[in-house]
Amino acid sequence: MLKKLFLTFAILFYGAAAFAQDLEALVAQLPGGSYDDRAAVVLEISQTGDERAFAVLEALKAGKLFFHKGEGIIVEVREIGDEDIAFNILDNTEIGAVGRRDAKKIKVNNGLRREISAALGTMYLQSTDPSVRLEAADAVFKSGDPTQLAALEAAILAETDNKVRTALTEARAVAILNDDADVSAKLAAIEVLRERGDRDAQGVLSKFITDPDLGEAVATVLAEIEQNQKLWGLVQNVWYGLSLGSVLLLAAIGLAITFGVMGVINMAHGELVMIGAYTTFAVQEFIRTSMPEYFDMSLLFAAPLAFLVAGSVGIGIERGVVRHLYGRPLETLLATWGISLILQQTVRSIFGPNNREVGNPDWMSGAFEIGAMNVTYSRMWILVFSLMVFTGLLLLLKRTSMGLRMRAVTQNRAMAADMGINTGWVDALTFGLGAGIAGLAGVALSQIDNVSPNLGQSYIVDSFMVVVFGGAGNLWGALAGAFSLGIANKFLEPFAGAVLAKILVLVFIILFIQKRPRGLFALKGRAVEN
Amino acid sequence: MFNRLIDRRMGIFLAGLFIITVAVPIGNLLIAGQPVPSYAVALLGKYLCYALLAVSLDLVWGFAGILSLGHGAFFALGGYAMGMHLMREIGTRGVYADPLLPDFMVFLNYDELPWFWLGFDNFLFASLMVMLIPGLLAFVFGWLAFRSRVTGVYLSIITQAMTYALMLAFFRNEMGLGGNNGLTDFKDLLGFNLQTDSTRAGLFVAAAIALAAGLLISKFITTSKLGKVLVGVRDAESRTRFIGYRVEGYKLFVFIVSAMMAGVAGAIYTPLVGIINPGEFSPANSIEIVIWVALGGRGTLVGAAIGAIIVALAKTLLTGWIPEIWLFALGGMFVLVTLYLPNGVLGAVENTIKKLKRKTEAPA
Amino acid sequence: MTTQLYLSGVSRSFDGFKAINNLSMVVAKGELHAVIGPNGAGKTTMMDIITGKTRPDEGDVYWNDVVDLTKVDEAGSARLGIGRKFQKPTVFETLTVEDNIGIALKAERGVFATLFDHQTSKQAAKITELLELVRLNDDRARMAAELSHGQKQWLEIGMLLAQDPQLLLVDEPAAGMTDAETMRTAELLKDIAGERSVVVVEHDMEFVRALGCKVTVLHQGSVLAEGTLDHVSSMPEVIEVYLGR
Repeated sequence: MLKKLFLTFAILFYGAAAFAQDLEALVAQLPGGSYDDRAAVVLEISQTGDERAFAVLEALKAGKLFFHKGEGIIVEVREIGDEDIAFNILDNTEIGAVGRRDAKKIKVNNGLRREISAALGTMYLQSTDPSVRLEAADAVFKSGDPTQLAALEAAILAETDNKVRTALTEARAVAILNDDADVSAKLAAIEVLRERGDRDAQGVLSKFITDPDLGEAVATVLAEIEQNQKLWGLVQNVWYGLSLGSVLLLAAIGLAITFGVMGVINMAHGELVMIGAYTTFAVQEFIRTSMPEYFDMSLLFAAPLAFLVAGSVGIGIERGVVRHLYGRPLETLLATWGISLILQQTVRSIFGPNNREVGNPDWMSGAFEIGAMNVTYSRMWILVFSLMVFTGLLLLLKRTSMGLRMRAVTQNRAMAADMGINTGWVDALTFGLGAGIAGLAGVALSQIDNVSPNLGQSYIVDSFMVVVFGGAGNLWGALAGAFSLGIANKFLEPFAGAVLAKILVLVFIILFIQKRPRGLFALKGRAVEN
Repeated sequence: MFNRLIDRRMGIFLAGLFIITVAVPIGNLLIAGQPVPSYAVALLGKYLCYALLAVSLDLVWGFAGILSLGHGAFFALGGYAMGMHLMREIGTRGVYADPLLPDFMVFLNYDELPWFWLGFDNFLFASLMVMLIPGLLAFVFGWLAFRSRVTGVYLSIITQAMTYALMLAFFRNEMGLGGNNGLTDFKDLLGFNLQTDSTRAGLFVAAAIALAAGLLISKFITTSKLGKVLVGVRDAESRTRFIGYRVEGYKLFVFIVSAMMAGVAGAIYTPLVGIINPGEFSPANSIEIVIWVALGGRGTLVGAAIGAIIVALAKTLLTGWIPEIWLFALGGMFVLVTLYLPNGVLGAVENTIKKLKRKTEAPA
Repeated sequence: MTTQLYLSGVSRSFDGFKAINNLSMVVAKGELHAVIGPNGAGKTTMMDIITGKTRPDEGDVYWNDVVDLTKVDEAGSARLGIGRKFQKPTVFETLTVEDNIGIALKAERGVFATLFDHQTSKQAAKITELLELVRLNDDRARMAAELSHGQKQWLEIGMLLAQDPQLLLVDEPAAGMTDAETMRTAELLKDIAGERSVVVVEHDMEFVRALGCKVTVLHQGSVLAEGTLDHVSSMPEVIEVYLGR
């Protein structure tokens, strides 16, 4: 009841204040009078609704507000280089250097400083910019200053933005806990913090664990939050794992075609990924210079182009080199390694050895939160993209005549040739498909990794591990391999650190291959062994 | 026995090696004006270490069909074992002058020497470890891989993963082996100052002797009945099993011998170049060894050694001349050798000689 | 009659497909025994099981009534005295004909024993004897890769004999041979039998007839019929599944 009355009073008070005296007159009053007089002026300044009031009060609080004797105005003195320069606090014009005697400091003591802080807090809470209000709410949440209670109450009633209102309510809860409110109000506040349920709420609550009235409630809530946090930590780890897995999948999926389906070891696969990334870079450069308004769509242009560029390079590699080495896997491995070196050096010669900046379009930047979990847009889209590529490829192989031909040639080359399939052409296209998908992977990787000539090298071992672990010749194997290795990596990281986690995963795969030399999803039976 | 080990190839190569081994130190130390500059001695010594490494790979790849993409790991382990001895030899001459701990350990606030550094102050112990550590890794890895019949490309890929994992591990400071700086700032070996010309020449001769020994040991193995069984394994593994040979034992044997040989190469390499760091474990290094062997001539031993020297020499010359061109050249070598030189340079040269001979004999 | 090889109730499936289904068979010492059956009847899997390449899901496989062959690997079965010839001739292409026989020759198979091995004059004589038997003595210094298909088949048989096996498993030896070679191979196998047991898997009926021995017909992984060739080829069920096609 008391609270309601108080609220009504506050609204009336603030509402009336909007029509108070103008800022110039109030600022002019600042130098005179006692600290108490000054406090009254500060309050009035805070109620002007004038944007310039922020600067005045911040400067006053920081002890930088002076009365300029020569000009007879109030100035802010800023230290620039070795000199103290005075600026008119109201219009920010430069007055010039000031010495010790030219200006008189407007003094503040601790009491006044508190009042200024409170007034500023209130002003920020009433800002027209929601993000400023949110920041102010968070600031109160952190300080837990009970003097802001009134301002918070008013702000909550006036708030239209749900997110800000939640933040304000939570800030109020902290303020109430720090205030001399009655136990029931405090218990309600604890409830609010329980709903928030994050590390910050935990931090606030843990201060009250020894409180005789609240201790018990706080303890249960803390335990609950802890439990929740653990759960979210787990979910977050799974997400990181999926995200890493999607990158691995993209890098490995093309290999699953060339290595898995065709049985060709393509050590230049990583460089085809790199070519995809550089294609993205080139497309963005072009768009930036000639039609910047389409920048947000740059990836949509880059993806098909990267597929085509990497795919054509792949077809070139197949026709030029790999074709002559079918049935000699070790020689193929060496020759394609040579090609990878040539591609690396070519790119280095054209684009230079340093990292190239590939920008994120708007829809790829930023992050959102699900519960206590942080999800960046780029990672999310890459996961979606990798699954799309995977599905597309699966459909291509299973549902199209091209896919049928590919499978026919890889299963029985002689028979396929007898049936009139141009096996050489199918080989080239299959290889080109694998290469094109590597190019697509490059588009995605350009969004989260450095684009440099060494880009491919850093993925080649990993992607081979995925294919070998999942079982060659099986797209589902690549999928399962990529995600299980990604998740395993991320779950090991907290215990072992990033590098050791990677080493452990590698050692695990080496041991795993001993047990199942043909991978997780290997085909069984006589046919495979012969 | 002599005829078995020293055929014409081996004879010519060893004779050439002997001449160089005598001439280089004389040219560097005894003749006024130093016709052989000191840096060349170290460089040639390095090439010979590479040649021994190539021979070790040829032993497993050329004769048993095991394409190891992780042989650099054995080389690096041998190098680290020797490097640890050289670090202990520094003693109080380090920057921090700690009698027991190498500089990097003082820097990283170690209280005492990690257990695996114990004993490395003794040269004989370190020399033993130069072979035992790579041998042990080869044993564990090979035992697991060969027993489960991991072969061909799969084996190559996991050997690559092996060296990659080791590289990541050695980059960590927590390994207690110098992190990414590796081991360096060596002072002396067996009391000989590593900065002097005479020590460098001595190491050069050691590398030459090790290469000759490696070649002869490999030749002994490959010309024995065991060598023929290995070729059998390479040609038709299942046939070898069905006539009663336990293939995994044979592969394991030759893999361990090869790893030890690579370790010795690394151990001589480290004092010659004055540093050993985790970069030696990089997969790219290991795969470069393969091109030495392929270029020289797989399965010829001598060819592997020649291939290593040719490629290393080309690398030195080209990177000094136009650095950008080196990767093009190396990449091109991989492609051209696999496409057009299946028997390597040695095979091509010998074929040409044979043809020429036939031409000259034909009219007679 | 003593038993060389004994299979009882052997089954093996791959991904639900029963390659061998409750197969039972006995081979006596010194017996020449032909196994016929259409493609997919389980002939190769049967040989894989006998030689330890594949483990049966159930059933017993015994050697000389005492050794459990399901616990033995390929090399182990070879050391017991089982020699196997593949359908596709498999020899060591980059070794000489002589070395092919030399490696196969019965001797200590350990790693260090072979490393320090020296060929004795007795062994050299044995190699020459075998080379003459398979008519390759004139080609002894050539690389095995240079031999004709038929010669490779013979070389492989020579390697088998060099092992001095008690039982030979021979998979389609006549494949790719001329008629004359086929008949000569039949004669050779008949010569070998008696001293050693021989099991021949074959498609070529002429060849089986030339062997003139007991025949087992396999169908869908189990024994369909057993007896002389004339006897089994007159049985209606055999005609239906195999000969009639």
